[in-house]
Amino acid sequence: MTAHGPFSPRDWVSQPPYVWPDYKSTVLRGPTKPLIPLKQTLSEMTGPVYGHECVGPLDHDMTKNARVNGEPLGERIVVAGRVLDEDGKPLPNTLLEVWQANAAGRYIHKNDQHDAPLDPNFRGSGRCVTDGDGRYKFYSIKPGAYPWGNHPNGWRPNHIHFSLFGPSFVTRLVTQMYFPGDPLLDLDPIYKSSPEGRRELMVSNFDLDVTEPEFALGYIFDIVLRGRNATPTQE
Amino acid sequence: MSLKQTPSQTVGPYFAYGLTPEQYGYDFNELAGGRLVDDETEGERIHIVGRVLDGEGNAVDDAMIEIWQADAQGRYAHPADPRGSNLAFKGFGRYGTGTDPELRFMFDTIKPGSVDGQAPHITMCVMCRGMLSHAFTRIYFSDEANGDDAVLATVPEDRRATLIAEREETPAGIVYRFDVHLQGGKETVFFDL
Ligand SMILES: [Fe+3]
Repeated sequence: MTAHGPFSPRDWVSQPPYVWPDYKSTVLRGPTKPLIPLKQTLSEMTGPVYGHECVGPLDHDMTKNARVNGEPLGERIVVAGRVLDEDGKPLPNTLLEVWQANAAGRYIHKNDQHDAPLDPNFRGSGRCVTDGDGRYKFYSIKPGAYPWGNHPNGWRPNHIHFSLFGPSFVTRLVTQMYFPGDPLLDLDPIYKSSPEGRRELMVSNFDLDVTEPEFALGYIFDIVLRGRNATPTQE
Repeated sequence: MSLKQTPSQTVGPYFAYGLTPEQYGYDFNELAGGRLVDDETEGERIHIVGRVLDGEGNAVDDAMIEIWQADAQGRYAHPADPRGSNLAFKGFGRYGTGTDPELRFMFDTIKPGSVDGQAPHITMCVMCRGMLSHAFTRIYFSDEANGDDAVLATVPEDRRATLIAEREETPAGIVYRFDVHLQGGKETVFFDL
């Protein structure tokens, strides 16, 4: 084991299966053959390096980064947390890319046909980077729930999409952050694709200390990537 | 290990304005696109082109492909590479399948050199709406000596062809065709890295 790996395997208890019939699109899109184990080489223990230099001054503030003629509508939020590995080690200088729907549950993506208003002052994408202690923070508007065609009267819970590389290409993670107390969580097949006891790791916590007075409600969301401890599990 | 990994979730259908905004025409600069090279990059110029096909053979229009590769001398732009990084070539590309009329992904890059005696290859990460976790695969090149590659040797012989991109000389340059079959008889080999 070196400072750069090998990395611990994907934890297939936490990680959802490729085919999860409650989420219908997985049935034709999820690989069905067993993955072939690959002993990590330099190709796997390296990965794209992106840090502070690729984050512009407003990239971490979605309440400001697409303003045209005023403030975006909706409830302002601040999301803060740490990026850690499984050993609890903070991961500094780690890029997070985030995107989300607006307060009405509408994405600016041209294929989103949900009949809810676009907000001319809100795009809903940004990025930020962790500091020396693995901490990040960004500002946004609380995303609305939106309908989807997966099942009758299906609605996605409020969520923010996150994308991270971490220290190598194998630590790649794309996930979604949810909000505490959302009644749609128990009805959402995407959220429920990870088992009870693990899916809760995707639910942020409301936090009064992160909340900024007179400005924005605060949520804490810590993210855990694969660790470097590649010791094979006993037995 | 004291903490549990955060579960993966699908990239969904609407990743473009966050992850591939310039390609899709959104007003946000992107980290990386389909072009990994500039005029200065050393190495043999190649294009990698392919589609992502579902279990019924239909091309997926909301997939995102990422590639990670070494430079022409087999060096990675990453601190873990003991030979030192060639920062002029980052080695990372990202492309969505929703903008090309034929729903292809397209990369302009260079042929990577051999890394630690392995046959030249590119690591690929596949994600789309309908995939809850990304899937990793490798692109090998049809004109290279792949017979001695230790990773390919672990792949059942009748599935190895799914990892080998066919070289084609065209008026537009050297094209390697690499389709990703998510399922079916020709399902691409995906690795547990
Ligand atoms: Fe979404």
